[in-house]
Amino acid sequence: MKVPRCKGTRDWMPEDMAKFRQIEAEFRNCCLGWGYQEIRTPILEYLHLFTSAGTLSPDMLGRVYSFLDWDGWSGERVVLRPDGTIPAARLYVENFQNLPIAKLFYVENVFAFEGTGEESRERWQCGAELIGGSEGDVELLSLALEAIARLGIDPVEIRLAHAGLLRIFLEGLGLSGEEAEVLEQVFCGNVDALLDVKGRNPELEKQLQLLFGIKGSSPGFVENLRSVCAPSLPALEPSLDELARIASLLTDLGFGYRIDFTSGRGFEYYTGIIFGFYSSGRRLGGGGRYDELIPLVGGGSVCASGFALYVDELMDLVKEVPRRERILVKAKEDEGLRDSLEVARLLRGAGYIAEFDLGYEETSDFRWIVDMRGGEGIELIDQLSGKKWRKSSPAELLRFLEEARCK
Amino acid sequence: MQVKLALPKGQLQGSTAALLKEAGFAIGDYREGSRSYRPRCEVFPGLFTKVFHEKDIAIQVAIGNYDLGICRLDWVEELLAKYHSDAVVKVGDLGYGKRSLYAVAASSSEAKSLEAIRSRSESLRIVSEYPNLAESFALKRRLRRFQIFPAWGAAGVYPPENAELAIVAETSSNRLQEQGLVPVATILESSACLVANRNSLEGKDLSQLLAALCSTDVGDVDVEEAVGVGAEVGAQRSVTGEPVVSLALPDGHQQPHTVDFLNRAGLKIDGYNVGRPTARPRIGLDGVMVKVLRPQDMPLHVANGSFDLAITGRDWLRDHHFRFPSSPVEELLQLGFGKVRIVAVVMQDMPAHDNHLTPCKIIPTWGASEAFLPEDADVLIENTQTGSTIAKHNLKIIDTLFESSACLIGNTEAIGSLDKGEKISHLVEAMRRGVEGHPLS
Repeated sequence: MKVPRCKGTRDWMPEDMAKFRQIEAEFRNCCLGWGYQEIRTPILEYLHLFTSAGTLSPDMLGRVYSFLDWDGWSGERVVLRPDGTIPAARLYVENFQNLPIAKLFYVENVFAFEGTGEESRERWQCGAELIGGSEGDVELLSLALEAIARLGIDPVEIRLAHAGLLRIFLEGLGLSGEEAEVLEQVFCGNVDALLDVKGRNPELEKQLQLLFGIKGSSPGFVENLRSVCAPSLPALEPSLDELARIASLLTDLGFGYRIDFTSGRGFEYYTGIIFGFYSSGRRLGGGGRYDELIPLVGGGSVCASGFALYVDELMDLVKEVPRRERILVKAKEDEGLRDSLEVARLLRGAGYIAEFDLGYEETSDFRWIVDMRGGEGIELIDQLSGKKWRKSSPAELLRFLEEARCK
Repeated sequence: MQVKLALPKGQLQGSTAALLKEAGFAIGDYREGSRSYRPRCEVFPGLFTKVFHEKDIAIQVAIGNYDLGICRLDWVEELLAKYHSDAVVKVGDLGYGKRSLYAVAASSSEAKSLEAIRSRSESLRIVSEYPNLAESFALKRRLRRFQIFPAWGAAGVYPPENAELAIVAETSSNRLQEQGLVPVATILESSACLVANRNSLEGKDLSQLLAALCSTDVGDVDVEEAVGVGAEVGAQRSVTGEPVVSLALPDGHQQPHTVDFLNRAGLKIDGYNVGRPTARPRIGLDGVMVKVLRPQDMPLHVANGSFDLAITGRDWLRDHHFRFPSSPVEELLQLGFGKVRIVAVVMQDMPAHDNHLTPCKIIPTWGASEAFLPEDADVLIENTQTGSTIAKHNLKIIDTLFESSACLIGNTEAIGSLDKGEKISHLVEAMRRGVEGHPLS
């Protein structure tokens, strides 16, 4: 009887794993090059890490995999990590608080229930967190874009929004009690929820239409917003200043972007600038500033920002992974096996994939066949041209292959 | 074509029987207090009905064992709160069995509003027969840190000493007041509802039954259960202000045996001896608090420190230790009464030769478990005293897992503690003498 895989899970086939490892390797190399250190948090965390932060929406918390562990008689529930940033913040508070700045990155899976079972409930993320710095937003943006570029994904669009600015606007609507749920939904990305409170404050409503209806592409748009909105809501000024500064920096650096307040989905713990990366209609990742998170998980008053790239999305866009050349080695038996093993070892050392012929291999899958079963020397067959050569030593064989590779 | 309908036992039986009769589907032997698990509908031979505990009905409809079911909305929502399944469709409100699901605190508690409770820095303990809805409530209200303790019943008795909040179903807030409870939030308005399995609704013709049930209106004829609490409620405290030792005593079948045993041990407890016990009986020992709980719930609540001692069954202790191997609960005394066997049961005519049971699915039940065989389960794990009920339902025992009887359990940390240890030792010694037949004078 066949046992199917669990609903909402996926198997990764060899070609998927090749892409995953490529994404992981490029991301790791980027982060290490920027001076970030790799961490890995446990897959199990206490539920109260996420509830006490008060930052994940009830909708998201309602989809976490929570359960009682073998020692859960105390009623303390644990969860399969639903988010990468909050565990990283906990790890920082436990281990790095004495440092002025911590630059951390991770490649981790996160879990959230999805009802149809057609989407995977396990997702992988490549995340980076810059904790302790108030000026890290552009660095993180640049790091993320470099990692995406290394994967050959082009073009990439940056979408900017500002969580603080949005909060001040929504507070200005004077939502009360049940209507505050609207705010919750907007923070989860459902901007249409604002229609429910239409007409509450006509002046602010006009400004909200400007905010959500127009997508800016220059620092000038931020100034336009300022001139329309700030007079009635002076509390917006610091957020507008920050948004204008980031927009100017990105313009100077030559990065294209859109200021799009409808792009700020799932930004419950963000307090300042929020950014998302899009390509071919997909959201590849996002991040932003979360200055209140570290205190909420028990740390000091420390600024922080970070981002995560969504590996599952990247895997669909990443170009085919270049494979190392495969060589089939037909080995001698018994006393000749040692020579064959040595040749295969040297080939691997030179960067080739050297596979022994076990009798089941499809020889057409290989360009080169190294046949050691004959008399003296090593027979090399190029299946592309059909030519054969006899090489007197492994060193001569390697030289020949290298010359052929360079041609 | 057969249509399968799951009917509720207990509080909704009278009104549901009246509804079916009014709708033209009178079912013989299904009425208030009837005990048949498979009542038959003479006017609609294609209708197969089975009687379940209400909580089981939503599950049975969700997994597709039944096309339709009648139970209260709170049990449907309890299932859906954790298992976001679209397999259950709420077809209609039947209008009877109305009650609300409340989050309640004790009237004697200082924190009697959600805001006050939320402002606590310590972890919040929430007890409920509805653990999934309790968790959902805590998340929605953004409670920062909480522990959910599931209970088989009597959740309202836990506050204030053993929980800050309980989630309980009750017909009115006045009834809560009678129990010394105060509502801090209403979670859900509930009444009997007709639920359907989605596949059945999509692929089977249920129209005759649906049309009749949805267009029929009956009033509430069910009798509300009396509230099982004594007149005096609220926190019990030691006269001397010393730490209180808490003892949990069982309700249900174990109660008469426990009364006899406590008498033999020379422990006089007012409010527990006769008939229906109060929730908080009085023991004549200063610094000892007694509450009456479901024996199933006791190991968990002793483990988490809500109670120091409890009289329960060894089967429930074993089940608890299987789930939580490192739990700080231990058996202190075998009390000898309430002997049962935990057995594996199948239908009489099942050719069961060994107990190789893979693959298998475990389906939880909240009572009336004999009714599950053979249509809705193949094997039943059940406790039995004499085996007569099993035989009466045409079932046979194929294996005895283990034997169980009542025992005294204790929290290992409390037993070893300086402030409570001596008092606990005194109580345990009294019970030991009860077992040996030499009560304390």
